[in-house]
Amino acid sequence: MTTISGVPGDSSDTFDIQSLKAKRSRSRNLFNIIMTGLSGLSILIALVPLVLVLFYVFINGVNRLDLDLFTQLPPPPGSAGGGIANAIVGTLIVVAIAAAISVPIGVLCAIWLSEFGGGDTSIDEYVRFGVNILAGVPSIIAGVFIYGIMVRPGRPGYSALAGGVALAVLMLPTIVRTADEALKIVPQEIRWAALAVGASNYQTILKVVLPAAIPSILTGVTLAIARAAGETAPLIFTALFSPFRFNGVTNPIATLSVLVYNFATLPFQPQQELAWAASLVLVLMVLLTSIIARVVTRQKTY
Amino acid sequence: MGFALFILLLLVAIGLLILTQAWPAMQEFGLSFLWTSSWNPVEGRESFGVLPIIYGTLVSAAIALLIAVPLGLGTALFLSENFIPLKIRTVLVFMVELLAAIPSVVYGLWGIFVLIPALRWFFDLFGIFFTGPSMLAASLVLSIMILPIITAISRDSLAALPPELRQGSYGLGATRWGTIFRVLVPAAISGIVGGVMLALGRAMGETMAVTMLIGNANTISLSLLDPSNTIASLLANQFAEARGIQVAALMYAAFVLVILTLIVNILADWIVRKLQAKY
Repeated sequence: MTTISGVPGDSSDTFDIQSLKAKRSRSRNLFNIIMTGLSGLSILIALVPLVLVLFYVFINGVNRLDLDLFTQLPPPPGSAGGGIANAIVGTLIVVAIAAAISVPIGVLCAIWLSEFGGGDTSIDEYVRFGVNILAGVPSIIAGVFIYGIMVRPGRPGYSALAGGVALAVLMLPTIVRTADEALKIVPQEIRWAALAVGASNYQTILKVVLPAAIPSILTGVTLAIARAAGETAPLIFTALFSPFRFNGVTNPIATLSVLVYNFATLPFQPQQELAWAASLVLVLMVLLTSIIARVVTRQKTY
Repeated sequence: MGFALFILLLLVAIGLLILTQAWPAMQEFGLSFLWTSSWNPVEGRESFGVLPIIYGTLVSAAIALLIAVPLGLGTALFLSENFIPLKIRTVLVFMVELLAAIPSVVYGLWGIFVLIPALRWFFDLFGIFFTGPSMLAASLVLSIMILPIITAISRDSLAALPPELRQGSYGLGATRWGTIFRVLVPAAISGIVGGVMLALGRAMGETMAVTMLIGNANTISLSLLDPSNTIASLLANQFAEARGIQVAALMYAAFVLVILTLIVNILADWIVRKLQAKY
C-alpha cells in the first residue's frame, strides 16, 4: 500500500480517499450549485409564458373551432355566430403573393452571394451587411414604406397586393440568409467535380449545387412563410381589412392577424371569442409549418 | 449581380421614401419635433412632438432587456452545458424557438385578457391601483418576445467555441461555473453582446403586442404602471386614419425609428465583427 503524505487532513498512514471528493461546503462548490440552480430556473421562467400562451389560446379558441369558423364570414360587431373564412383565405393569399415575390429574388440574391461573389469581396460584404440591416428593419417600417409607394392618396390604395409586397420586404432577408447558408454548406469538391467534367458555371449551379441545397433552402422559405403569416404590423395600413370574401388582389383583404388585432379591442364577447379562435388557427398554422420545416430538413444530402 | 444589388437598392429606397414623405413635417417642425410633447392632429391647430413617444420606446425596450438578458443568458448557458441529456435539451431548444414563432398579435391578445387581469389581481393584493394597459404590461410581453433572440444567438456563439477552451480550463482545476464566467462567456462575448443589441433593435421596433398593451398615452410618466406609447405603436394606431401634415409627422416619427434601429443594428454588426475572438 502506498502512503501519500501531505494530503491535508490526513493523519493516518493510509490515503484517505474522502479528501479527494469535492466538499459541497467549499464556497466555489456552493457557487456552482447556486448558479446551476439559477440557470435551470431561468429556463423554467422562460418557458412559463410559452405554456401559458399556448394553454390560453387553446382553451379560449377551441370552443369556437367548428365548421362555421372555416366557412362563414365574421358577423357584424355585437352579434354572435359567423366565422373567419375570409381571413383564413386572405392570409393564404397575402402570404402566397409575398412568397411569389421574395423567394425568387431572395434565392437569386443568395446564389450570387455564395457562387459569384468571391471575385469582389467588398460588394459581397456590403450586400451581406445590407441583408443584416434589412433583417433589423422593424416590420411596421415595411408597412410604412409600402404605404408610401402603393397606398397613399394618389396611389392605388389599400390592397391585398400591397400587403403581400410589404410581407415580401420582411421575408427577403430571411430567405437570402438561409439560402446563402444552405449554398455554403454544399462542399466545394462538388463544384470542382462538376466543372472538371466540363459543366459550365450555370450548369454547375443549376444542376448540381442548387439541387443539393434545395432541402435547406425550402426550410428557410417555410420558416419565413410561417413568420410572415403571423405578421400584423405591415398589413394594418396596406392590406387593411375587409368584412367580405376575397374579391381580387387590388382590393383590401381580411387576414387572420389583423382580424385578431381588430376584434381583440372590440367590447363584444362574440368578437373576442372569434379573436381567440383566429389566434388558435394562426398559431396552429405557424407552429405546424415550423415543425414540418424542421422535420423535413433532418435529411441532409451531403 | 442585379439581384444582390436589389437588396441595397431596397434599403436606400426605404430610407429615401420615408425621408421625402417626412420632408413637409421636417420643414414645419424642424428638430423641435424631437423634444416637444404635444401630439394634436386636429385640423387648423396641428402640433406634433414625439418626446414622450421616444421616451416610451427607449424605456420599454430597456425594461424588456433588463428582464430578458439575465433570463436569456441563463437559458443559453443551461442549454449549451451538459446539465441534462442531449435529447431533452434538443426539445427545450425547440420550445424556446417556439416562443419566437408565436405571432406578436397573439401575445397582445394574451396580454389583454390574461396578463393584465393577472397583474391587476397582483397589485390589488397590495392595494395598488393598476389601470391595465401600461408600460409594465408592454415591457413584460416585450421581454418574452426578445428572450428567444438573446438565447439563440448566445447559445450559437457559446456552441461555436473550440472544445479546447473548456478542456484547458477544467484541466487547470477550474469549476464548471468558474469556466463559464472566466473562460466561455468572455470568449463568446461578441456574439452575446451582438445578440443583445439585435434584441434591443427588435424591442424598439416591435409593434402589435406593444400597441395592444401600452395604452397609447403621449405622456411621460415615471411610473411603470401608467400608460405610455412607442413610435411603432403610434404608427400602428394613427396611420390608417391620418391625413395631410399628420401623415408627414408620422413619416417623421418613422424616420426617427429607422434611425434608432439602424444605429442599434449597425452597432450590433460592428460589435460582432470587432470583438470576435480569433480561435
